[in-house]
Amino acid sequence: MLFSKTAPGENLIVRGARVLDPVEKIDAVLDVRVDGGTIAEIGARLDPNAHRVVEAEGLTLAPAFVDPHVHLRTPGREDEETIASGTRAAAAGGYCAILAMPNTDPVVDSAAVLGSLVETAQAEAEVPVGFLAAISKGLDGAELTEMAELADAGAAGFSDDGMPVTAPGLMRMALQYGAVTDRPLALHCEEPTLSRSGQMHEGSVSAELGLAGYPSVAESLMVERDLSLAAYEGRPVHLLHLSARESVDAVRRARATGVRATAEVTPHHLCLTDEAVRSLDSNVKMNPPLRSTDDRTALVEGLRDGTIQAVATDHAPHARHEKEVPFEAAPFGVTGLETAFGALYTHLVESGLIPLELLLERMSAGPAEAYGLPAPRIAAGETANLVLLDTRGGWRVDENVFRSRSANSWLLGERLTGKVRMTVAAGRTVFEG
Amino acid sequence: MAELRVMRDALLPPQQPPAERRHLLSVADLSKEDIERLLGTARSFARSLEREMKKLPTLRGRLVVNVFYESSTRTSSSFELAAKRLSADTMSIKASGSAVDKGESLKDTALTLGAYDPDVIVMRHPQIGAAHFVAGVTGVHVVNAGDGKHQHPTQALLDLYTLQDEFGRLEGLHVAIVGDVLHSRVARSLVQALDLVGARTTLVGPPTLLPRGVEAMGCETSTDIRAIGAADVVYVLRMQRERMLEGANYVPSLREYAERWGVTPERLRAGQKVMHPGPMNRGVEIDPRVADASDALIEGQVRAGLVTRMAVLYDLLTSGPVGVKAAQLTEVA
Repeated sequence: MLFSKTAPGENLIVRGARVLDPVEKIDAVLDVRVDGGTIAEIGARLDPNAHRVVEAEGLTLAPAFVDPHVHLRTPGREDEETIASGTRAAAAGGYCAILAMPNTDPVVDSAAVLGSLVETAQAEAEVPVGFLAAISKGLDGAELTEMAELADAGAAGFSDDGMPVTAPGLMRMALQYGAVTDRPLALHCEEPTLSRSGQMHEGSVSAELGLAGYPSVAESLMVERDLSLAAYEGRPVHLLHLSARESVDAVRRARATGVRATAEVTPHHLCLTDEAVRSLDSNVKMNPPLRSTDDRTALVEGLRDGTIQAVATDHAPHARHEKEVPFEAAPFGVTGLETAFGALYTHLVESGLIPLELLLERMSAGPAEAYGLPAPRIAAGETANLVLLDTRGGWRVDENVFRSRSANSWLLGERLTGKVRMTVAAGRTVFEG
Repeated sequence: MAELRVMRDALLPPQQPPAERRHLLSVADLSKEDIERLLGTARSFARSLEREMKKLPTLRGRLVVNVFYESSTRTSSSFELAAKRLSADTMSIKASGSAVDKGESLKDTALTLGAYDPDVIVMRHPQIGAAHFVAGVTGVHVVNAGDGKHQHPTQALLDLYTLQDEFGRLEGLHVAIVGDVLHSRVARSLVQALDLVGARTTLVGPPTLLPRGVEAMGCETSTDIRAIGAADVVYVLRMQRERMLEGANYVPSLREYAERWGVTPERLRAGQKVMHPGPMNRGVEIDPRVADASDALIEGQVRAGLVTRMAVLYDLLTSGPVGVKAAQLTEVA
């Protein structure tokens, strides 16, 4: 389900880092030795055994991150991102696996398109990448894709992300028929007659700016619908990029009654509110939109209590000239792969909203489990998927730092604490900085 | 005394503009002092226009470019005349018939015009954020002459000027703004301006056309047309049919709107003043008898438009207090 360049695993020893694995419940200063890409030994003062030594005193070594929601813009908009550039960006962000959404041109709705992506990934992906396939052909919400064949061809899941599955009847069919695969359905919840031409969260800021409102109920109503259908069909669902308090509450209630629902949240929804839109900067325009302080608080609470188990960047690269327009004319979406950890460390951990261990779990094991992928773990015998973090180092987000082909980041010019120093993905060092 | 000083200065060529480019993008960027200064300057220009020789040499050699991506009569003509009365050169660009028709981006249009080294770009554009965007990509003073449903700050200034002319004060006035607030940049700008000068505002209209959360701007709302009774002034908004999405159902029909919220003589108190930013839909939001009555300040608004826009151009190009501050402009990547 994950595809990348194949290369022999490395021999290395990371020495003296604070090893922090919330799943394995490790938090100690230790050495970690990797033999041929597999974690061989964890302990104090290990023999380097002629391995490359990475001196990591003062740094934190954690299971590498998993991003369940990325737009690689391939095929169709390779000027904005390619599999090569997107996975290089992922490596720089500390990720050992990413999942790409199928809203490309053409849409990933046939085994032929999916097959070509798999081939490309095997030739040029720095970091293992999985591809979701569409739920409906052409994302037009009318006909189901050949889900069984797509699953056999390696689809990591199914999603019409970017669009809701508007018709409840088709959503139900997708849940029923989807049972022929073991892959999750990932749902973009938006009631289009409520979001309409909405440009930002509906509230006092939209009232003042005159931007058409995209009310939170446009999301939560669809979340409620999909949870009802999932409950009725007894099928699991994964809910993409939650933004509203009511959505978080609905997921929490549904899970309490046994619905198998997982959910994700983006760094920008965890860090910003609709107040940011007063700048009319097109890099704070995204779907779903930034919402109120109360919504943001609910998202942080949801992340903390596990209602939301995954941080997802919704990395959405856009060409410079398409974002360099008045706010109202700009496309939705911001990049996030290379800034997610720094942004969340700065805005959530440093400010005391969540502990570092929790953030690490929600960026790694949480998203992996939501998609049935093995969680990266720091344990002997596991493939080395490691991220080395500097939680003291500050850095300025600048256009020139990005490996992504696009730079439409909401963090441009901002100073962040928390920097990825090294990423090991599938036993191979894919980033050092 | 202050006004006399402005008059004398107004006859001199402006000093070099300050290094920090100032713009008029939103009423939200103005302070009460900015408004008082601008209205004072406008009043002194009004007096100069009473003379036989109406042209002042103040902005001789300056270039004011009017860029209108949306149709406009009042705003474009008054900006053009304001610039001419101050002896500035003017150039007017309309979207149709220009490179915009060939798909040129706003950035390239702005850079092209910027290459002529104008002093001010006055811009109207259907998209929110257009004036902010142009201010960010050119080194020119930008005046927002309307950006979508967002802002129309010179309209708010001319409305304050008209009110002050009529009542001799602004503080404590009660203004009822009636109609399609949701789609109105005029209403948004005016609510902020009235709040700044200490006036009271009540927004009146159908529930679907009063934006959720608008009270945070410092106003009250009512869906009952009788709420206009308590106001000193009834400000009637245009029912913007062209902004209504197809089948959006904000109001079931214009007929029902006119019946419920139309401003008629029967709904007004004797002596209550009426304003309208134009163009009017007679018989929809405003009864023709109201539009033509002596209590209507509508023509006064048009006259005020000229002098307030002269004041805005003058203010931006002289080194007066940096009050009209640049909005937070984050570089777009």
